[in-house]
Order: sequence, then C-alpha cells, then structure tokens
Amino acid sequence: MATTGKAASQMKGQMTGAQMVVQALKDQGVEVVFGYPGGAVLPIYDEVFQQNAIRHVLVRHEQGAVHAAEGYARSTGKVGVALVTSGPGATNAVTGLTDALMDSIPIIVLSGQVPTFMIGNDAFQEADTVGITRPCTKHNWLVKETEVLSDVLHQAFHVAKSGRPGPVLVDIPKDVQFASAAYTPPSKASTGHYKPRVKGDPAQIERLVEAIETAKRPIFYTGGGVINSGPAASQLLRELVAGTGFPITSTLMGLGAYPASGDSWIGMLGMHGLYEANLAMHGCDLMINIGARFDDRITGRVADFSPKSRKAHIDIDPSSINKVIHADIPIIGDVGHVLEDVLALWKSRGRKTASEDVAKWWAQIEEWRAVDCLAFTQSPGAKSIKPQHALARLEALTKHRKDRYICTEVGQHQMWAAQYLGFEEPNLWMTSGGLGTMGYGFPASIGVQMAHSDALVINVAGEASWLMNMQEMGTAVQYRLPVKQFILNNERLGMVRQWQELLHGERYSHSWSEALPDFVKLAEAFGAKGILCSDPADLDDAIMEMLDHDGPVIFDCLVEKHENCFPMIPSGEPHNKMLLGENASTKDAIKGSGAVLV
Amino acid sequence: MSPLKIKKGSSKHSAYDLRDPHAEALETHTLAVVVDNEAGVLARVIGLFSGRGYNIDSLTVAEVDHTGHTSRITIVTTGTPSVIEQIKAQLGGIVPVHEVHDLTVEGASVERELGLFKVAGKGDARVEALRIADIFRARAVDTSLDSFIFEITGTPEKLDAFADLMRPLGLEEVARTGVAALARSALS
Repeated sequence: MATTGKAASQMKGQMTGAQMVVQALKDQGVEVVFGYPGGAVLPIYDEVFQQNAIRHVLVRHEQGAVHAAEGYARSTGKVGVALVTSGPGATNAVTGLTDALMDSIPIIVLSGQVPTFMIGNDAFQEADTVGITRPCTKHNWLVKETEVLSDVLHQAFHVAKSGRPGPVLVDIPKDVQFASAAYTPPSKASTGHYKPRVKGDPAQIERLVEAIETAKRPIFYTGGGVINSGPAASQLLRELVAGTGFPITSTLMGLGAYPASGDSWIGMLGMHGLYEANLAMHGCDLMINIGARFDDRITGRVADFSPKSRKAHIDIDPSSINKVIHADIPIIGDVGHVLEDVLALWKSRGRKTASEDVAKWWAQIEEWRAVDCLAFTQSPGAKSIKPQHALARLEALTKHRKDRYICTEVGQHQMWAAQYLGFEEPNLWMTSGGLGTMGYGFPASIGVQMAHSDALVINVAGEASWLMNMQEMGTAVQYRLPVKQFILNNERLGMVRQWQELLHGERYSHSWSEALPDFVKLAEAFGAKGILCSDPADLDDAIMEMLDHDGPVIFDCLVEKHENCFPMIPSGEPHNKMLLGENASTKDAIKGSGAVLV
Repeated sequence: MSPLKIKKGSSKHSAYDLRDPHAEALETHTLAVVVDNEAGVLARVIGLFSGRGYNIDSLTVAEVDHTGHTSRITIVTTGTPSVIEQIKAQLGGIVPVHEVHDLTVEGASVERELGLFKVAGKGDARVEALRIADIFRARAVDTSLDSFIFEITGTPEKLDAFADLMRPLGLEEVARTGVAALARSALS
C-alpha cells in the first residue's frame, strides 16, 4: 500500500502521484500543457502552480484543450498533452481523442478521477472514463496505485508516439495523486512488448523497385503517414520523386510532404481533389501508396477504383493493408525506413525507369491539367467576394512566409483552403481529416501558436464551424496569441447546403443560421481586433491589416452565399465521374482525349 | 455544369454504401489471442468486434500463466477471408495483445468444449437418455429421480449432436463453455 501524508512524501526518493505527473512530463520533454482544472485534478494543479518548467494554458472548454494539443503535436512532431478533470472534463475530451485517433496524432490526455474507494458509486463528477474512451484511444490506463503511476506515464508517451501514432489517456484517481511512492525515471520504465516493426520486408521492397523500373503510368499517392514519420521521410520522398520523375498526389492529410511548387506535384486527390490527380489515379498502371489508407473520400466507389493498376502500399499499421483495397505489393513498415531502403536499392540497380512511357503519361496528365479545374471568375467590379478569391489573395499575400501555419475547420472552406493554398514543407497544415470535426481549427491554431510564438498562424474557417469553439477567444486573448481567424462567412453550412442542392432536391433543411453574431463586436467583446470585409476592392488591404496586427484577429470575410466546391466526386462514384465547376475549360471533360486511359 | 446526370433529390449516392457487393464466401476461424491479464483487456477485444461489426460465435477466456500475467482468449469467428485478415490485424494492434494465432490456417489443432446438459424424463426416455449419454462418453454428474445433469467434452459439433438427441428426451437446460483450442505439435 502507498503511504500517505506530507511526511511520507519527503522520504528519500518518494514523491506524491501529483508530483510524479509533473516530473514525468518534464522528463519526457513536455513544455506546454493545455488544460482546465476541476476537483479531481486539484493536486496536480497544485504541483503545476509550484514550478515553472512546464507552461499551462488555460483553455475555455476541454474539447479546446485536446484540439490545441493536437495542433501542437502536428506542428512540432512532438506529443501534445492535455489535462482535464473527471466526469464532464473527460467526456468533453472524447471528440478530440477520436479526432486524434482518426488522424493518427500523438497526444496524451491526463484525466482526474474520483478516489479509488468511490469508483463505481456514482460519485460527484464520476464517469467511467477508461470505458468511454476505450474505443477512441490507441490505449488507456486507469491507475489505481501510485507505485505504478510514473511507469504508466512513460509507457503512455511510448505508445502515443510509437508505430502508428495516436491518442492515449491516463485516468488518475485523486487519492493516487495524493499518495506517495518511488518515482520511476523514463530509462527504467517498462515500455513492454509494444514495439511495432519499422523495417519493410526486403523481398517486397525489391518487388516495388522492379515495378518502379517498368511502370508506364506510375503515380505516388502519399498521405499523413509521411508527415508522421518525420522530416527525414519527407526528404526521402522528395529525393525519390525527383529521381524517378513520377507524378505525385497527396491526400488532405499529407499536404506539404512534397512541396506544392515541386515539378512533379499534380495536386490533392479525393472527393474535392484536382481533376488531373483523380484521373491520374484512375488511369495509372502503378500506384505507390505511401502512408495513406484508401479512405472512402479518396477511393469513391471501391469496385471501380483505379481498375488497371498494380498497387503498392507502404503503411506502418498492418490493419491498413488490404482493409479497403487489395495491395499487390504490401510493405509493412515506417515510411522513412522503407523509403530509405527503396531508394538505396533503386539507385544500386541503376536508377532505371521507363522514361519514354512516363513522358507520354506526363503529356496525358498535362492535358487533364489544362482543364484548369480550379478556375473561377471573380468579375471585376463584382460586389461580392468569391471564397476562392479570398483564399487566392490570402495565398498571394502570405506565401512568402516560411513560418506560415494554416489550420482549418471542416467544410467547404477546408476544401478550398486545401485547393488554393500551397504547402512547401510538412507540419504547416493542420486539419481534421478523418473525423471531420467542426470546431477543430480555432483551438488547434492556439496549440500551433503556443509552439511557434513568432510564426504566422491562420485558421481558415467557416462561420458555422468557428462558432463551435469560439469560447477559445478568451484563451487567445489571455495568452496574447496572435492567431488570425480568417472566416469565410456565407451564413450557411456551406457543405451541407451543397449536398442538399446536388443530392437532396434543393431542400435546404436547417443549413443556414438566422442569428449570426457581429464578428467584429464579438472580437472586441473579448478584447481582440475584428475586421469586416465584404467588398472585393477592400480585400487586400483588409488582409494586410489582419497580418500587421500584433494580436488575435477575427476576420469576417463575407463571401458569396451559394458558391459550391468543385471539383467533386459524389460519394459512391468512381474517380472518372467528377463534377466540375462552370469555369473549368471543358464541359464534357470525361469524354476528352484522356478517356482512352481512364 | 455537370457531366454527371444525378437525378435531383436522389438518395442513391449515400456516402456509406461503399462495400463491395460481390462479397466473398464466409469462413469460420478459431483464433487464439494471448494477452496481458489486466483490467479491461477483454473489453478491448470484445469492443473491437462489436465496434467494427465482426461476429463472435464463441469466446473463452482465462488466465493461463499466473507469473507472467497472461491470459488466453479463444475466439471462434465467422467472416469473409478479408474480414478474417482484418480481425487478426486489428487484434494485433491492441497494445496488451502479445500474439494472435489463427488455428484454422496454422496447421492442425485440437478444439474442445465442455457442456452441461440437464435432461428431465421418466420411464423409457430416462433410460434412453442414459444409454445415449454412455455412447457419447458423457458423465452423469448430478441426478434426481426425474432428471440428470450430463457433463460432456468434445468438439462443438459433438455437443450439438448430443443436444439434438437429448432434445426429444427432455432436454431442459444447457450450459456450454465455448471452444478452447491448441495447435497440435509436429509429428517428428
């Protein structure tokens, strides 16, 4: 049994559970914790108060804490940490945990729990936190003895960042925080048997290299796994793409691993991906999936997905292989390790590709690119701003900044941001891909700004998403975080409205708000700056005013209310059945000369 | 605007209707899963099956190594070959899972289940029940003047057959343990 009381805590090598939490965070290199106090975590908050090594950011809602930790993790590659109390504190963290699980983001949530002797009694602010979070964490622990607490905390960091990263939760009852025991340092922690393999099977790697050497219509299809694998993986990817000259597309999650200005970049793929990227996926003969998972927003109708290609799939998670699409060349391993081996072997065999055929393939892709699927018309003299135009101007005025971090909420604005903003490096783009969490972007931008205090952090938002976690304005103002909230305000749930227009007979059921706040006054009420822009002629000056202001800004950009996001593959359709916007340069693109291949 | 003629108001384009309609044939597999014997581990395994829509035909779990704190979970499951592969990969991804064995494909294995059957009857039926129990090598572990409880060990099919025969003779209650299974050793 753990001894209790202050005298015991002063015994040699002993510390309280609450002290262990702070010590373990320090030993794991944690600099920032996002949290919200409550009864069941008061002992930990008491220790947080008595030290300066770890900064604590008081959020305004626990969901904000978890998304902020996600933003911190995604922009740094480190583990993000959130601290919440029992009961409602923990249940409010569930959305963030699920979001991190879907997007493979390494975070740790520390939750308080009622004392062990009250668990199961329906105590005040009691919830079965490990039960509730079991399906939405990579792993979780309820720690019932202080003796094992430090060991579990180190394990939690190990599990969160090893293999396919993900969220973990450690539930710590209040009596365990008070009791004392010996502290286990990270070097002596039992990280157990959990050691996912990182090296790919050499035989499969050789098959992939052979396929690279002979492919006539190859394509790299990359995802968030490249970014999760670390900066070295992105460098290796760039080297392989430059060496082979193959076209490369990426999922929403993988943007930035290969630079948007790169020679071989053909844009994002998927439901709102670029025409050339989706048709190249449909028509390729070799698909090299690197750290992506054949999500349904990518594949469309599975039976018609890229029917004529051999598919190689590199993924660290064995359950991703063959889950949706059969892999002809399955490679289980870390993207960085596998790419290193692929490159070494491909070079040693003479750097061969079927370059004449690949040149023909590029000619085909250029024809598709000529469709100019992202074209839009912002008519001179028009009185309203097209959302695409707003983002194109934001891009033009900020792309020179190498420290520009973009977060998004979820919906049309998110897809437009992915289409019209370019990312040159990994870890600059934070968006909720798998779960599609409205309300993600604002708190994520706070987490990013905490990690990069001098950087330009912009949250591209829709007004509806942004309102879901608007309480975090208090956090931004309190910590003087100059996050820019770039709201494309169409007074609609734009993506819902778009689907209702295209698929539900134009019955716009509950997809608009009749009571939006005045965002400028809202900003001022929080002590921040608000900017309203509705005239295209004022847009550049307004954006510059936002960028020049040293503090948080809400930018209320009134945009056209009924603009739809194109291209679009209606779900359940194959890649070659895309809807294009009216400005694309052919109205009958599918039957163009490229149809031979698709 | 659109080269694709979607009928306005059509709901045939559900985002979630993406499963391959040409589903493969179903197979039944016996999986042996070695796990850390810690709180919640069974919930993790069962939650995986219910959360992802997999079937559990039978499930047996007990600690098998007290000093090593490991338990063995034997699961009989039914699914298409790709679903079975997915189940094994997902089980392998659970942190406290040490090993996942598919006894159905990893060579020969021995499968046994224990069942208790209460059969009530008088006269000829009672005698016939005892006679059939003898043929099945079932043991009477409890008796009253108008009922027996038989204990029988064997494959699930043997227990099914026994139940079928006992039903017209007054089968009242059945308790079955589910399958426990081990891979056979090589002959040499």
